[in-house]
Amino acid sequence: MFGYYLELALRSLKRSKALTALMVLAVAMGIGACMTTLTVLHVVSGDPIPEKSHALFTPQLEPRDKDNGFYSRGEPPEQVSWQDGMALLKAHRADRQVLMTGGMAPVQPANPSQDPFFVHARYTTAEFFAMFDVPLKYGHTWSATEDERRERIAVISSDLNEKLFHGEDSTGRTVRFNGADLRVIGVIEPWRPHPHFYDLNAGNYAESEDVYMPLGTARDIRGPRAGSRDCWGVGANVEETTLETSNCTWLQLWVEIDDPAHVAAYKAFLVHYSEDQRAAGRFLMPVNVRLRNVVEWLDFQKVVPSDVHLQVWLALGFFVVCLVNTVGLMLAKFMRRSAEVGVRRALGASRGAVFAQLVTEAGIVGVAGGVGGLLLALCGLWMVRQQPDQYASLAHLDMDMLVATFAVAIGATVVAGLLPAWRACQITPALQLKSQ
Amino acid sequence: MNLQIKPILSALRRHKAGTILIALQIALTLAIVCNALFIVHQRVDRVNRTTGMDESNVIAVLNRYVGKPDSFIPLTQTDVAALRNIPGVESAYSTNAYPLRQGGWSTGMQIDPNKTKDSVPSALYFVDEQALKTLGVKLIAGRNFNPSEVVTVGPQSTPAPPQVIITKAIADKLFPGVSALGKTIYYAKGKPSTVIGIVEKLTVPWVEWDHMDNVTLMPVRFDSGYQQFLIRTKPGQQDAVFKAIPGALFKVSRMRVLPEKYGLRTFETVRAKAYEADRGMAILMSIVCAVLLAITAAGIVGLSSFWVGQRRKQIGVRRALGARRSDILSYFMTENFLIALGGAVVGTALALGLSQWMLTHFEMPRVSVTYVGVGVVLLLALGQAAVFAPALRASKVSPVEATRSV
Repeated sequence: MFGYYLELALRSLKRSKALTALMVLAVAMGIGACMTTLTVLHVVSGDPIPEKSHALFTPQLEPRDKDNGFYSRGEPPEQVSWQDGMALLKAHRADRQVLMTGGMAPVQPANPSQDPFFVHARYTTAEFFAMFDVPLKYGHTWSATEDERRERIAVISSDLNEKLFHGEDSTGRTVRFNGADLRVIGVIEPWRPHPHFYDLNAGNYAESEDVYMPLGTARDIRGPRAGSRDCWGVGANVEETTLETSNCTWLQLWVEIDDPAHVAAYKAFLVHYSEDQRAAGRFLMPVNVRLRNVVEWLDFQKVVPSDVHLQVWLALGFFVVCLVNTVGLMLAKFMRRSAEVGVRRALGASRGAVFAQLVTEAGIVGVAGGVGGLLLALCGLWMVRQQPDQYASLAHLDMDMLVATFAVAIGATVVAGLLPAWRACQITPALQLKSQ
Repeated sequence: MNLQIKPILSALRRHKAGTILIALQIALTLAIVCNALFIVHQRVDRVNRTTGMDESNVIAVLNRYVGKPDSFIPLTQTDVAALRNIPGVESAYSTNAYPLRQGGWSTGMQIDPNKTKDSVPSALYFVDEQALKTLGVKLIAGRNFNPSEVVTVGPQSTPAPPQVIITKAIADKLFPGVSALGKTIYYAKGKPSTVIGIVEKLTVPWVEWDHMDNVTLMPVRFDSGYQQFLIRTKPGQQDAVFKAIPGALFKVSRMRVLPEKYGLRTFETVRAKAYEADRGMAILMSIVCAVLLAITAAGIVGLSSFWVGQRRKQIGVRRALGARRSDILSYFMTENFLIALGGAVVGTALALGLSQWMLTHFEMPRVSVTYVGVGVVLLLALGQAAVFAPALRASKVSPVEATRSV
């Protein structure tokens, strides 16, 4: 029976080409716009580390004095100072903890014919790789011992490994970073969490770094920092070399707490630490701590651009108008065939059969609209990728979205076809036959 | 015309579904289009904001030195000299930031030496005596810097030179009603800076900031491996100078990187880059509006054509009973007008509701009533235009149709 309906539907669609084309086009444009914007939203609001996002936290403290100008809005600073970062790192109160900052400096290839180029670097303590599940390709990462000894070592990205060593296992070889020689001990697999949650100073959707080295080593070789630095108090004349002892926040601190029951205890520890610092006269503001997990952190930092949300809503509105339009056109089309429906009913077709046939016809418009919408979405995403935004390069249609595209297209048009089909099958056969 | 309204309304009652669908579509389109056009308007206003600079014939260079000398100042000085020597260059200087650069330095300043609370934020531009000329900003009081006033500031320390030039916006804010010239401002505790000049207008490096016109020009050479050069060329020489810059710089030293995309840009490029998200949004919204209007028009044409087809016999009867062609034409035009009007009323409510919703969710200003009014007129006109062809076809139905059985 379905085959027969299909044939009838195709024949009917062919009869009024302009109307059919208009319906398909409207559905396709609505679907295309929605899928493009939803894919972008999906990409930018994704969870960068789904397995662990609820176990990773960034502690915030209020170490500033009362006189900290216009920076304060009731929120503690987003980064920590060296003193506090080191104290919390060494307290080992969480399952894992990492203290780090971003950097940027030239790498000079050994081959003199190759020009020096700039790379982003991460100056971090050892547990970074285990904490963020960074996949390793060659060699190994370092341990707390190497952090202590401030060894001249580095883990590099596979991109940089490709550029400098043609993708070979480069462990044991040397990278000249900012004039200092670092021994490569490991190469990581391509890895890019987006958003770049662990340090948003680098840019919300920044690519991950190419060189990783122990934080202490970076301080020794004067690795140039890239990020923000907020200082307060008298003597704001802070030199880059004295950051360890200055009243400045410039480091990111992350902790991993695997057991949810321990989160409250860690927060209590932060409060306790702050109280101790106040008692010692280091902290002057009232105790104010935050312990946000990855998702809360991204939300707090308003990482998803509001334009993206606006575009999704716009596209949804657009889709609704397209659907209303399709319902109207389908109504016109089905009602115009009153005579045909009358004849079929008089010849014994049940209401249900007529209804099924018309809904099939609507479904075909949906499939065609879905295909068109998919093409438009691919085209739309290609255009998004040409945009300069950091997240643009991430905008690709995945399998979920592909299936969703067709489900939504067919579902929506079938729903759109229900009212017109129902109206059409209400036609009384006798009335139509009489007027013939 | 008036006489037809009653019969039209009773006829419409017979195709409720179609009528409601067209009215609904017009309402939704109106709500989306006037809000979208309002956003377009806002974005266009942003994109057209001025910087206070004379933006023509200006080239911006971003330069990173490779290597770690004790000081980058000599390198920067030789580079600036080399740039000034390029034929066609009017003036040039090195700086940390300039308008629309989308990155820079801000600090709080105050007039009370002992407090840093309630400070006024300002963007800082490190300049020398050629900067005012290169930027093309207008000095409205005081004087320019002397070369001897330019001080060297180490990496990452807070600069607070003895002389500064500020924008009128800061002068008005810190010293309302009195001249700011000769007054003292504190950028760092205990370090006074005297205002020696006031420029009419100059904007901060960012496109989104609460204090767009708060800028301080400081006579500072900044010791950093990361330098921006701003160059003003003689009129008509911009292209030639643009091509000559990399050669001139690499001739001084090869130990540098001019990044691919940001290394060398005309100010037009800088401006386009700074506002590209806004422009992209404006273009997107405009396209959506155009397509929505087209779809709505097509829907009206489709449904009206169907109604005309369905009513051929009645039209024939009316014609046979003496209705003129113009009567038939005006019947369908009026019918559409009534439907569109109904849609517009609902649409106006939707548009205002949508605007209110965007106000709370996206912190956007409320859509102006003018936009809604223009939207209503636009959609009524669109409806009339869309229905014209089917209505004309209806008016051509011959009275003979009345006698036909189908």
